[in-house]
Amino acid sequence: MIFFKLIFTNLYRHRIRSLISVAGIAFSVAAMLTVVSILQGAIGMFSSILSSDSQIIVFERNVSDLFFSSVPADAVSKMAQWPMVEHANPVLFGVVSSPGHPIITCFGVTPTDARLRNATWVQGDLHSFAGQTDSVVLGSRAAEFLAASYGSTVQIGHGSFRVIGILKTANGFEDGGVFMPLGAAQTFFHKEGASSVITVKLRDKDQARAFKHAVDTEFPNLIALEDKEFDRSYSQFRIIKATAWAVGGCGLLLGGLGVANTMIMSVFTRIREIAILRVNGFSHGQIAGVVFGESALVSLVGALTGLLAGAALILGLKLVPAFHGYVEATVHLPVLLAVVLLALITGALGALYPAFFAMRVRAVEALRFE
Amino acid sequence: MMPARHFDSGSPIVLSARGVWKSYDEGTVAVLKGVDLEVFAGETVALCGPSGCGKSTLLHLLGALDNPDHGTVMVNGVQVQSYSDRLRLLRHQVGFVFQLHNLIPDLTLAENCLIPTVAAGTDRRAALARLHHLAERTGLSHRLNHRIQKLSGGERQRTALCRALMNRPAILLADEPTGSLDEQSSSMVFELLMDLVANEGSTLLMATHDRGLADRCNRIVEMHDGRIEELAYAR
Repeated sequence: MIFFKLIFTNLYRHRIRSLISVAGIAFSVAAMLTVVSILQGAIGMFSSILSSDSQIIVFERNVSDLFFSSVPADAVSKMAQWPMVEHANPVLFGVVSSPGHPIITCFGVTPTDARLRNATWVQGDLHSFAGQTDSVVLGSRAAEFLAASYGSTVQIGHGSFRVIGILKTANGFEDGGVFMPLGAAQTFFHKEGASSVITVKLRDKDQARAFKHAVDTEFPNLIALEDKEFDRSYSQFRIIKATAWAVGGCGLLLGGLGVANTMIMSVFTRIREIAILRVNGFSHGQIAGVVFGESALVSLVGALTGLLAGAALILGLKLVPAFHGYVEATVHLPVLLAVVLLALITGALGALYPAFFAMRVRAVEALRFE
Repeated sequence: MMPARHFDSGSPIVLSARGVWKSYDEGTVAVLKGVDLEVFAGETVALCGPSGCGKSTLLHLLGALDNPDHGTVMVNGVQVQSYSDRLRLLRHQVGFVFQLHNLIPDLTLAENCLIPTVAAGTDRRAALARLHHLAERTGLSHRLNHRIQKLSGGERQRTALCRALMNRPAILLADEPTGSLDEQSSSMVFELLMDLVANEGSTLLMATHDRGLADRCNRIVEMHDGRIEELAYAR
């Protein structure tokens, strides 16, 4: 009890300084949580586009980004005929622009595509999608920011397209995207006869290995990955995740420096008190325990405050109309635990030198001269 | 060295300094110059001498707060060398009282007194019982939950005395324990000190300028310029 009182007392004694340290950790944790959660949410959204009613993604081997992948049409037709395949759908990804909206995701799909089948059609229907070359279907969010309605014309790139349907999906990218018939998209993006990926649904999930082997044999330039494999191995996802953690880590590093500063000041301003503890039998470990206890308390309070602030920030972003549909933050328990753990580790690292200094305080000198 | 009058037969030596030298500032300021001293169990010894003669330094060495440059210091027959020896000594065998009370101002009287028991890992119930006993003996029972800032100088020094005795140390080292108090408080604290030492069966080595207080100890040790010049028997 006295031990904890020593920790609390010192933090309370310099409460403004302690609060600043807590704020530093809290801001860092909030930033890390927000960035990681939003990017993980974005990855999840993109991943769900690919895994819509499918288990396997086939794309060009050794491409850095799916936008650069080119899968020939004959691969689609051949795979669709393999007995283990229930259906194989080509999807062409592209980015289009419209006045005032420089980046809109475009999906070149066939009428049998699960995205169209499973979406809620606000206006128009799936049947009108087939065979059109100058028409598009818009996600409801895209229709909103393009101020387009059923039957109207929208400017996309250098072309004008008639809106033949508006659909609503739970996926932010799809809801803010443009759907073109595959043929029209191939022409628009100058990728005649090609798609970016093939999404494949197998009749039996256990045949995934056989399917991948068949792709390796028949189409050595292509690679087939199960959805989870893709999430783990896709370089863009890995880069995004690494960036998120790096940005968050930098924030936490700054927070850690704040803790270090607080703990150094804390030790320097009470050398006499430390000497008193030493004279009364406190061991090096007990002295260090007080210092680490203070930093742990600051870090823990900061981390919890940061988690609350981060959650509030994410909620706030979701409520901002401009971000609607794009911010689909996914807060995973492992991320929460990792963030709290990182905050505690940062705090502990920040307390290393102060604790070392406190352990080396010589009681005789401190009591004589201070 | 002559043995003390009352302890020359049977009482073991609890503190011993032999040929102890100590200097500061990389050897340029010699504070102790070959000190020899023995203190017997249950003895009360006053260490007298002018400021700067090395009284406090000798107390620190005997209490294992510092190491001598040369010579040996033994406590209860053991030469304190290792960190664990030192820790055991500070926790269980030696209690310190300083001129300035050296209490932690933001803690209460009780919390300050309990610090040595926390360090030693004493059972909390036993520690509280000991605290209440000492507080009663020193007239501080009604002040246990008061912060140090609320206490008078005399109360603070009595608190320091309680703290020093919490772990029942065999040896009490007091460095000018009444030096910062007025005459009345000084007398009261000293009476308590002597009374507690007698009741606890502790050994007292006290640095003091006050000849009146020194005369009430079993033995007076006069120091001058880092050396022990004279051993006298007060009574």
